[in-house]
Amino acid sequence: MPSRSALGWGVVFVVLVAFAIPWFLWGDETMVAGLPVWLWWHVAWMGLTAIAFAAFASRDWGTFVEVSR
Amino acid sequence: MSALLEVSIVAAYMLVALAVGVVAYRVTDQTAEDYYLAGRGLGTGVLLFTTFATLLSAFTFFGGPNISYQLGPEWILVMGLMDGVLFGLLWYLLGYRQWLLGRAHGYVTLGEMLGDRFGSPRLRGLVAAVSIFWLFPYVMLQQVGAGTALEGLTNGAVPYWAGAGFITLFMIAYVVIAGMRGVAWTDTLQGVFMLGMVWVAFAWIAAALAADGGIAAAMPAEFRGLGGGAYSPQWMLSQAVGIAFGVTMFPQVNQRFFVGKSETVLKRSFALWPVLVVLLFVPAFLLGSWAQGLGLSLPEGGNILAVLLAEYTPGWFAALVVAGALAAMMSSSDSMLLSGASYFTRDLYRPFVNENASEQHENVLGRVGVVVFASATFVASLFEPGTLVEIGETAFGGFAQLALPVAVALYWRNTTRSGMLAGVGGSQLFYLLTVFGPTVTLGGYPVIADAYWGWLPSVVGMAIGLVLTVGVSAVTTQATSEDTSVYFERVRAD
Repeated sequence: MPSRSALGWGVVFVVLVAFAIPWFLWGDETMVAGLPVWLWWHVAWMGLTAIAFAAFASRDWGTFVEVSR
Repeated sequence: MSALLEVSIVAAYMLVALAVGVVAYRVTDQTAEDYYLAGRGLGTGVLLFTTFATLLSAFTFFGGPNISYQLGPEWILVMGLMDGVLFGLLWYLLGYRQWLLGRAHGYVTLGEMLGDRFGSPRLRGLVAAVSIFWLFPYVMLQQVGAGTALEGLTNGAVPYWAGAGFITLFMIAYVVIAGMRGVAWTDTLQGVFMLGMVWVAFAWIAAALAADGGIAAAMPAEFRGLGGGAYSPQWMLSQAVGIAFGVTMFPQVNQRFFVGKSETVLKRSFALWPVLVVLLFVPAFLLGSWAQGLGLSLPEGGNILAVLLAEYTPGWFAALVVAGALAAMMSSSDSMLLSGASYFTRDLYRPFVNENASEQHENVLGRVGVVVFASATFVASLFEPGTLVEIGETAFGGFAQLALPVAVALYWRNTTRSGMLAGVGGSQLFYLLTVFGPTVTLGGYPVIADAYWGWLPSVVGMAIGLVLTVGVSAVTTQATSEDTSVYFERVRAD
């Protein structure tokens, strides 16, 4: 039985992968500050990914990978 | 004048690299673990940049900007998903586990790690042979690239064979002397240099564009919307997944999973990785798309970044970037040589030719392996046989086929040797058929084809490998020589 935190991180990782490409902006041609809006999404998403990875590393590192038995 | 300057910059880089190599040699002792893995002692900065430089560098300068010039800047998203997120997660899920096992049992190569658990020299040899099969032509392509770049740089004064030969000789000398420690140190220098250059170039050109009608004007109208053209969801996902899993099994990347000094180093690297990815790819690939909007033309076999820089920046700066690109190629190739040689000596020579080779003997042999490997790829690069070029260009997919059987082995206790042999062998066979075989359809459905409803063969082959590994493992039993406990008994950092 996976722990609650493992389950939570599983969901976080899946979401990080799923929206690394902003599918809901498909075909959107809006430009913001000279660049396509989806590019800004990408920059922000990578920042968010780094924050999530850092939080995982400091709180729950070892989840999924380490075998304690 | 400019050619002389460019050659001087390349020569200066090589001298610095050699000096670093000599220092590394002096602190490296005569064991395989130290030569191939820098004694498993790399800190965060060096580990991050050596992985980064090994994995991304040459492509950032040559392949990537050309793709975003031709197809549009969405390639940034493919690389962000592939590298920033997927590779980061795989580095943790596969890489951290390999690190723990490598530390506990002293593994130096992937084949060794698998062979030990499954009690199977055959599996060990198969993984090494498959890896070298895909790696060899890939190294050859790097030499072709370096030779061509040097020829272009000097306007033909240095012919192709001399350029490629000189760089090969340099890399041989360097890798033989320096080992992993020196390679990782120069990677760090080169990675920092490259990142700096890309940002200076970006700022330079963005400022020029802003002064001349705004940077939005440089983005072609057909590139603004997300998707379209070559970019279908299936294609983007296939590329991202295929490359992300592929790079984890590239020997020079996979071996870096073993080299972190401590858990803290791995934690920091994990968190910083997406930042490094976004910092490099966004500016580098945007430049490619801008070049399209500015109406610059890409010469056959050329590099759009060089064209753009020649247009907007002074000659000395363009020379610095081109020298950086050459250095980037070398820093990828030297890592590949070192890892290729280690697969050859440890997983093929030792188990199958001379089982009782002493540490001293292996130490010499590893270096002989570097010389043989590099010389052979150089000779091949002079002829550029079409078959080898095709293998090199499809290498990422070939390596991706290894990833899922390895992941299953690492996480599922009931995996059997037969399952592994079937998964690795079957997926390779399928993928090779899609690369070299004829197109075969059955009742209108693709059996052997270039695409499966928009999905690429690399991803389809991965699924086949997964099904074979799990399926065959489920219906076979473990041999008595297999030892599951090697992977599943108390695997943790302390």
